Amino acid sequence: MADGVKPRVKVPSKAAAGEAITIKTLISHPMESGQRKDSSGNVIPRSIINRFTCEFNGESVIDITMEPAISTNPYFEFEATVPEAGEFKFTWYDDDGSVYEDSKKIEIG
Amino acid sequence: MLFRTMTVAAAMLALTAPMSAAGGADDDVLVINEDIEITTKAAASPLLDGHLDEVISGWHFRDDDTQAMEMDDFDNPGMIFVDQAIEVWNTAEGSEGKSCADCHGTPEEMAGVRAVYPKWNEDAGEVRTMQMQINSCRTERMGAEAWKYDAADAINMEALLASVSRGMPVNVATDGPAAETWEKGKEMYYTRYGLLELSCANCHEQNYGNYIRADHLSQGQINAFPAYRLKNAKLNGVHDRFKGCIRDTRAETFSPGSPEFVALELYVASRGNGLDVEGPSVRN
Repeated sequence: MADGVKPRVKVPSKAAAGEAITIKTLISHPMESGQRKDSSGNVIPRSIINRFTCEFNGESVIDITMEPAISTNPYFEFEATVPEAGEFKFTWYDDDGSVYEDSKKIEIG
Repeated sequence: MLFRTMTVAAAMLALTAPMSAAGGADDDVLVINEDIEITTKAAASPLLDGHLDEVISGWHFRDDDTQAMEMDDFDNPGMIFVDQAIEVWNTAEGSEGKSCADCHGTPEEMAGVRAVYPKWNEDAGEVRTMQMQINSCRTERMGAEAWKYDAADAINMEALLASVSRGMPVNVATDGPAAETWEKGKEMYYTRYGLLELSCANCHEQNYGNYIRADHLSQGQINAFPAYRLKNAKLNGVHDRFKGCIRDTRAETFSPGSPEFVALELYVASRGNGLDVEGPSVRN
């Protein structure tokens, strides 16, 4: 597992029903591309987050495939419509098989 | 004088083009997290009589997108490193089995500390930067190893201490026992270094707001350090920045943590007295 991986998510705590809200996510991760070499000329193995998903009450909001050219600490900002109160679930998939999760509840009001 | 001519040229340009094209400081207002108001322009202290009328944070010389990143902790990549420092703050290390938190409580209790460093330390009989003070804690109280100057651990911790002092005015003492070091720093500031024979003042006092190749020169204020730089995606320390500048004059540089850079840091920090602590900031 890559060191110091920590997901961070920003979701408003309240929204009006049907309102489009802005969600910001960031995960600290080195995103080693697999293209670089160390000082003795050996290739540093690829180690990136390759997929990011967001679900709301079990329904898919966004599903992203990520590639090696994405820089360190990948940041995503997107909008989602909130039809009802519930929970956003965020999942990041690491090359090494690790899965990082976070979730945020949102109320209607 | 070149600077005067350029300013006149810029003013004439403003008649036909928006002022932003001139590359000088803008008039935006910095509020972090819609809560902490930061003083980014202030009247220069009497120490700068005849040199500068107004001191201006480097934030004003960056474009709107870069400025916006600093206005929200979530968008500020420097805060990732602050998070890492919070973990270190609470972790016991060294032969005494103590963490920073054991003596100092929460990081918030250290609010205001960043604003007065570098500072004279009576017991040690020297001017100490934040990092020197942190290392003294580590070696003397914790029995842990000192961190390398401006290395990741040290700079992250400095960023944490800066973050809790945001919005407080820089107020380093230049008189009393610190005066000798301050004078040394001032002399360095006005000394021309390297093959290009440039002093700090040539760029940051006489030409701020003008272009240096494709970038804008700021006043070189250090109230906003440590700075997250987009070019290397990590936090950068003041001494690393000094080293970069002196290298750019094509000179042999001093080392981070050297007495020369400690003196220069004290002097440059004092030039920003009145500006608020802003770190960790976001810069090019």
